[in-house]
Amino acid sequence: MSNVNQRHLKGRLLFAAGVIAVSISLLSLVALLLDSFLDGLPYLNWGFLTSYPSRFPDQAGILPALFGTIWIVGLTALFSFPLGVFAAVYLEEYAPKNRLTDLIQLNIANLAGVPSIVYGLLGLGLFVESLAMGRVILAGALTMTLLILPVIIITAREAIRSVPKEYREGAFALGATRWQVARQIVLPEAFPGILTGTILSLSRAIGEAAPMIAIAALAYVRFLPTSPLDRFTVMPIQIYNWINMPRVEFRELAAAGIIVLLIVLLAMNSVAIFIRNKYQKRAVG
Amino acid sequence: MYENILRNRSADPDIELMSNEDQELRLLQRNDKICFRSFNLWYGEKQALKDINLDIKNNILTAIMGPSGCGKSSLLRSINRINDLIQNCRTTGEVLIDREDIYGGKVDVYDLRRRIGMVFQKPNPFPKSIYENVAYGPRIHGTTDKTDLDTIVEKSLRGAALWDEVKDRLKDNAYSLSGGQQQRLCIARALSIEPEIILMDEPCSALDPIATSKIEALMRQLKEAYTVVLVTHNLQQAARVSDMTAFMYIGEVIEFGNTTDIFEDPQKELTEKYITGKFG
Amino acid sequence: MKKEEGENKRAQRLREGIIEKALFASAAVSVLTTLGILGLFLFEAFGFFGEVSIVEFLTGTLWTPLFEPKHFGVLPLVAGTMMVTIISIAVAVPIGLLTAIFLSEYASDRLRRLVKPILEVLAGIPTVVYGYFALTYVTPLLQQIFPQMIVFNALSAGLVMGIMIIPMVSSLSEDAMIAVPNSLREGAYALGSQKHEVALRIVLPSALSGIIASIILAISRAVGETMIVSIAAGSTPRLTLNPLESIQTMTGYITQISLGEAPFGSLEYNTIFAVGLTLFVMVVIINTIGNWLTKRYWRSY
Repeated sequence: MSNVNQRHLKGRLLFAAGVIAVSISLLSLVALLLDSFLDGLPYLNWGFLTSYPSRFPDQAGILPALFGTIWIVGLTALFSFPLGVFAAVYLEEYAPKNRLTDLIQLNIANLAGVPSIVYGLLGLGLFVESLAMGRVILAGALTMTLLILPVIIITAREAIRSVPKEYREGAFALGATRWQVARQIVLPEAFPGILTGTILSLSRAIGEAAPMIAIAALAYVRFLPTSPLDRFTVMPIQIYNWINMPRVEFRELAAAGIIVLLIVLLAMNSVAIFIRNKYQKRAVG
Repeated sequence: MYENILRNRSADPDIELMSNEDQELRLLQRNDKICFRSFNLWYGEKQALKDINLDIKNNILTAIMGPSGCGKSSLLRSINRINDLIQNCRTTGEVLIDREDIYGGKVDVYDLRRRIGMVFQKPNPFPKSIYENVAYGPRIHGTTDKTDLDTIVEKSLRGAALWDEVKDRLKDNAYSLSGGQQQRLCIARALSIEPEIILMDEPCSALDPIATSKIEALMRQLKEAYTVVLVTHNLQQAARVSDMTAFMYIGEVIEFGNTTDIFEDPQKELTEKYITGKFG
Repeated sequence: MKKEEGENKRAQRLREGIIEKALFASAAVSVLTTLGILGLFLFEAFGFFGEVSIVEFLTGTLWTPLFEPKHFGVLPLVAGTMMVTIISIAVAVPIGLLTAIFLSEYASDRLRRLVKPILEVLAGIPTVVYGYFALTYVTPLLQQIFPQMIVFNALSAGLVMGIMIIPMVSSLSEDAMIAVPNSLREGAYALGSQKHEVALRIVLPSALSGIIASIILAISRAVGETMIVSIAAGSTPRLTLNPLESIQTMTGYITQISLGEAPFGSLEYNTIFAVGLTLFVMVVIINTIGNWLTKRYWRSY
């Protein structure tokens, strides 16, 4: 074979390999979704959404876990959003370029890579035990806040950084203070990006089981939590419990739970993407 | 070459024809508004301004010209201390405004900036409505009454010769205006805080000739009420609108005096070379 | 009037100062978090290492803290983690890199806009779901190929984890490749190179630091993953090279004890902090190596 033809062959092989690689991802996703849907759909009905866990698979439901998830996500949003945005504002608008700032930035980048179970243990030792909160929603929400805070800070910073410096200069030239510039000029402009990033982080939090297991443990929750000081469980934990139960019907219940979880995630991500698209168009004009 | 420039100047009906003696007398009656005293400025290791000694008088338009990199923008930005925003910017020496050193310890920089308006090279209106752009300054300095704000907005837009064009669409986004209109909006915004000094950093360099001439006409009006300092790389513009001109080269003020003197009879060789276009 | 103005100014200055401190405090929470992690883990581990020698912990090959006789050698857990990680990287890196090359050098805009969201979805699926998939689909499938494989094994977990990590490797590598300026590609094409040669000999080496960063991040993620291994890999700490056997990872162990009945403060309880500390140290080392490698191969344009 001539040199050129040989090379052409190699090129075609690479292309084929690329196509195969992409197909593997695609097929895996399809297989994964089908597996859960086919197993779980029979169990997915209104009763499932409104019942409590039970020894009898036909009567079991996901309601307490759903409530718990809503509680956790709500409180986490409440804590993490302001903390994250304020930290990002400080780092982008106030912080001097010195060693301390570098250290904080490096630290945040490192924390973003720490396994979620480590955060779970931190929450366990700090909130549940040392601060004696017990295995309650508040401890869970605080733990989750610490978990997603680094990511929120990073995405908020990017959104803030994308605000053109000309806007800031104009405001400073009028005699505005740092906080006035940050609050009245920078944040309104960066808000859609920050919101999108926060919603995406929260949706990741919904799916996290490991840190919540460390906090809530294997709570057999047959009630609906009504305050942040109640014990709780969340959907991923409930799903995990069901998977580990011996009878195959519970596995299928787990699949039904998975469907509910995925639908909630889909809804949240769609909202985030909708916001992102809506404001990207406006920014261009 | 420079006779052409001056001839153009006297042919313009908007410029009052004054004899040189009258011009000199008028300038003498003015006080020093902004004084640089042995002022140096560094960005990190690089020295941008070297031993500047300059007295800018009130209620006239002073032009600062020079080739790229000569430090004219840095000089301008030292007046409202917006250079402070740059990380490793260092200064020695004094800048006196109304005889108070603005780099002295007790000066509140935000208060200082309230007394000075700035117009940038590229128009930079806020992504807000026309009304909100002009109202922003008064708002942050305490004016909240709607009627007061309405009055200030109209007055500022009139002062920037923009009112007639936008009075029916104050709620429109500022970016719906043309480049020249945006720059006049920025001028209105600068006027809204009722400053004493107006700094203009090559305000016409991003605009077409028609928009430029409108703004130059505006400059001639503004200097009656404000102290205007204009940075420009356009020699003809400096000659057209300014009363006094400073020529800068690599961080130093080479020559400073009445515009007519500078262009007709430059004392320094470097100045003459620049005016006759021997280097950009 | 002047006095009022002066007081207003002072009040404003005070307010600005307080605001700045509050903002700084928010940023400092992150530092406190790290200190908290370190502090807590060291404290609990101290309690643990008071009773168990650190040498036994780091070199022992048996991990049976819940059974008599008790052994506290962490190596089986580390080996379990490593095995699953290696399998997942062996899956994710080739597929992820090929995907990245395909997307950045071959795919049309339309195709890219179709494939990228799919990868994003893959990345967003909770790990519990992946664990379910591993247990109920992948394991039975593999059992048809390897009949001697038992239900809980490292291979299923590793494969599925690999699939989960593909998007991370592919999107970060793709970003790195797209950042390579077109002028480099054009220079190679002008010499008569074909597309695959440009991709493999020009783009890939130039994007190396970003690609390495993506792989390191993937390793870090794999090491710290919890749900997939808890569900599919088993809970038998075992020092073995056979991926068809049931093992336990560090994260799997921590999960197991967290769900159990060990009383707070007991030796069994403290083991989760000792293992957690080991995990944390490993992740930090991996990230540090990653940062060093990234800087070493960094090419700025």
